[in-house]
Amino acid sequence: MSNYDVLIIGGGPGGYVAAIRAAQLGLKTAVIEREHLGGICLNWGCIPTKALLRSAEIYHYATHAKDYGLGIEGKVTFDPAAIVKRSRGVSAQLNGGIGFLMKKNKIDVIWGEATISKVGEVVVTETKKPVVQPQNPIPKGVMGPGTYQAKHIIVATGARPRVLPGIEPDGKLIWTYFEAMVPPAFPKSLIVMGSGAIGIEFASFYRTMGVEVTVVEVLPQIMPVEDAEISAHARKRFEKQGMKILTSTKVTKVEKKANSVVCTLEDDKGAKQTIEAERMISAVGVVCNTEGLGLEKLGVKLDRGAIVTDGLGKTNVAGVYAIGDVAGPPMLAHKAEHEGVLCVEAIKGLHPHAMEKTMIPGCTYCHPQVASVGLTEAKAKEAGIAVKIGRFPFAGNGKAIALGEPEGLVKTIFDAKTGKLLGAHMVGAEVTELIQGYVVAMNCETTEEELIHTVFPHPTLSEMMHESVMDAYGRVIHT
Amino acid sequence: MPIKILMPALSPTMEKGNLARWLKKEGDTIKSGDVLAEIETDKATMEVEAVDEGVLAKILVPDGAQDVKVNELIALIAGEGEDVKAVASGAGASASAPAAKAEAPAPKAEAPAPKAEAAPAPVAAPAAEPAPAAKSAAAPSGGRVFASPLAKRLAKEAGIEIAAIEGSGPHGRVVERDVKAAIAGGGAKKAAPQAASAPKAPALAAGMSDETIKKLFEPGSFEEVPHDSMRKVIAKRLVEAKQTIPHFYLTVDCNLTSLLAAREAINAAAPKGKDKQPAYKISVNDFVIKALAMALQRVPEANVTFTENTMLKHRHSDVAVAVSIPGGLITPVVRKAETKGLAAISAEMKDLATRARSRKLQPQEYQGGSTAVSNLGMFGIKNFQAVINPPHATILAVGAGEERVIVEKGQMKVATMMSVTLSTDHRAVDGALGAELISAFKDLIENPVGMLV
Repeated sequence: MSNYDVLIIGGGPGGYVAAIRAAQLGLKTAVIEREHLGGICLNWGCIPTKALLRSAEIYHYATHAKDYGLGIEGKVTFDPAAIVKRSRGVSAQLNGGIGFLMKKNKIDVIWGEATISKVGEVVVTETKKPVVQPQNPIPKGVMGPGTYQAKHIIVATGARPRVLPGIEPDGKLIWTYFEAMVPPAFPKSLIVMGSGAIGIEFASFYRTMGVEVTVVEVLPQIMPVEDAEISAHARKRFEKQGMKILTSTKVTKVEKKANSVVCTLEDDKGAKQTIEAERMISAVGVVCNTEGLGLEKLGVKLDRGAIVTDGLGKTNVAGVYAIGDVAGPPMLAHKAEHEGVLCVEAIKGLHPHAMEKTMIPGCTYCHPQVASVGLTEAKAKEAGIAVKIGRFPFAGNGKAIALGEPEGLVKTIFDAKTGKLLGAHMVGAEVTELIQGYVVAMNCETTEEELIHTVFPHPTLSEMMHESVMDAYGRVIHT
Repeated sequence: MPIKILMPALSPTMEKGNLARWLKKEGDTIKSGDVLAEIETDKATMEVEAVDEGVLAKILVPDGAQDVKVNELIALIAGEGEDVKAVASGAGASASAPAAKAEAPAPKAEAPAPKAEAAPAPVAAPAAEPAPAAKSAAAPSGGRVFASPLAKRLAKEAGIEIAAIEGSGPHGRVVERDVKAAIAGGGAKKAAPQAASAPKAPALAAGMSDETIKKLFEPGSFEEVPHDSMRKVIAKRLVEAKQTIPHFYLTVDCNLTSLLAAREAINAAAPKGKDKQPAYKISVNDFVIKALAMALQRVPEANVTFTENTMLKHRHSDVAVAVSIPGGLITPVVRKAETKGLAAISAEMKDLATRARSRKLQPQEYQGGSTAVSNLGMFGIKNFQAVINPPHATILAVGAGEERVIVEKGQMKVATMMSVTLSTDHRAVDGALGAELISAFKDLIENPVGMLV
């Protein structure tokens, strides 16, 4: 059947972006998708959760209207069904947008389950996986099952929630992010197992909506990849909001009752306790979707469940590539997108540089927000680097005070010897929109000097980024 | 206001020099035009003349001081009506020279003009003004170098000139990894202690980008072959050679009549081995190598390598020979060629050329040398100019031996002639010296018996 230059398995943020870049470069391209264009990110992840969190944020401000001199007559109420409907609507709109982008770039979309039968050939069959509902309709004009040839096959199949034995999500009492995103009603109480970005965002959402939330994290700090100081700051804020947080604690047993779960917990000293809640979210990470693709037969090398690549998507098997979550951490949509672009450019014979993983930012949209890039203080010290550290609190920033957001911290870490910006870590209002300033700086290899010489607009939250750098060099102004 | 005497720059590139000796003592009256001291660099010795009049109040840098920085304060002259003693004692406070600090313990309070912003112009400066020298030391040579701030800082700390590092970032920008690679691999030359490599052109034009060039051709009308490492080295070395070495060219015609006769006789006399093959078969090129090696011994001043600070005068004649190989060329070196017989040179060349073609040469077999031979005679090329291959000071381009009509003692006759052109690095070998070398070569080629001694 059809001969493609590039055939991409998976239409998530890695796959569809790679496809568009391939089309731009004049390569004949198709995307194989079994469930939803835009992948988890757009349908069940990044985007719909942001819609939920926006509702929570507005609810929060509405209930705190008095702080801003406003009055609301009557009680501020919410309707879970309407909040969910809005969130699904946002996904649906963007999902349709991807279909449009595929058409516009003359990229074929093939609907179904893909298996690489041999190098250069993919067999597509009807989708076997039960599709998570509610689902957007299959786009018009897609191609169906069959055998497709391509010079280059890119695996971009993403990842799915990790399941712990004995704590298998049932969709009723124990949720994954799929169910947590479309609750028929908000539970009275909720246990969130795992405090990575997914766990903590749901914990924050539900807590803001008035649910009693307990977060259980096996590691000593919540948001384990973040800088310890930032994590501790966020924790304090969450606890002030009434969230219960148990770190260095694992869930050893879950007992299901009619309308609740009873968790047995054990901390690192062996102390046990049980807690009960109406619902539980399992957010203990994700695992790569490598099954059923024919990778074993081809001899594609895996490491800890992820496909091993050369940094430009090449696997050990010529003609087979992997990008995004399935190619290993960090499992972030923007990493997948960029990796997809690099992979396709390398296929085209351009000479992109492999991605610098230490410069990939991470954002968590809980309240307060957390954003970071580069090395944490602990990691930098572990690497034996002498560091200069700058800190600036939101309390010293005019815009933050005016916004009514006086809590938060901007922390910067420099190599004391060279002035290289090693990492930046932020917690507080809107920091997810700020972090890319530091990311650009890192990519341009600026030193503290250029950052200090840069004029930051006043009054903005971004001034804190400037001050933090100056603090690292002993010349902070507003503290 | 005392008059400051500053270390002059003898050339725009000079950064430091030695203070050979003072011709005036402290207390001497100085008239304009008096020679105060002698300054020497690796290239020259120059006299420092006084511009102003007064009394030499204080010498701050003693006789024989090495590596005195340009614009460093070396002496103070007390002007008319100034107290010589006060000027002398004040020197201790204002001078930055460590030597001065040590020997001028005068209390600061007494100094009449310790931080004198005086001395509007350097008093002593023969011809060249120090200002451009100082500037060229600070600014990178050539135009703007695109490098990330971090890369610039790392290069500065490592003492590497950023302009010498090849950038791998966007649009050839020098980024951190390039500097780290340069530090690790010694890929870039260290910033010369002499003010930044002066021979570099003020603004080396960057070539067109790959994309710009490709756009000039119909898409699909060409095949794109990525450069291998040899192509990259050739491109880099030859651009460097043409941009940093001032070439000039000397051409002579050599009469091969005697050489061809000698060659025939020598080859005819070759003993035959068991396999009935002659033990050697000397080529004209072997004679050329030998003759060039011996010519360099006769004109040892031309057997040199130019470095920023010194001239390397080689004892032996190590002659590199350009060998064309698939995809490029390589220049193995016949070491101490002046000591080797023609048969030895011939055998060595055969071995080197064979291994060069199979890319089996060891680095030490193609590095170094003080000159090179490039022979395109076999293609019928009459004459050409070769590009000097650093660190050589010369290269001899050899054309074809061909019958030509020549005039001898007023008579026309036919002889086998060979034109050769010597490309010369003018920094190392001046015109007359180059002419001497090529004359010696011509003499040996035309009288090959000279090569037997």
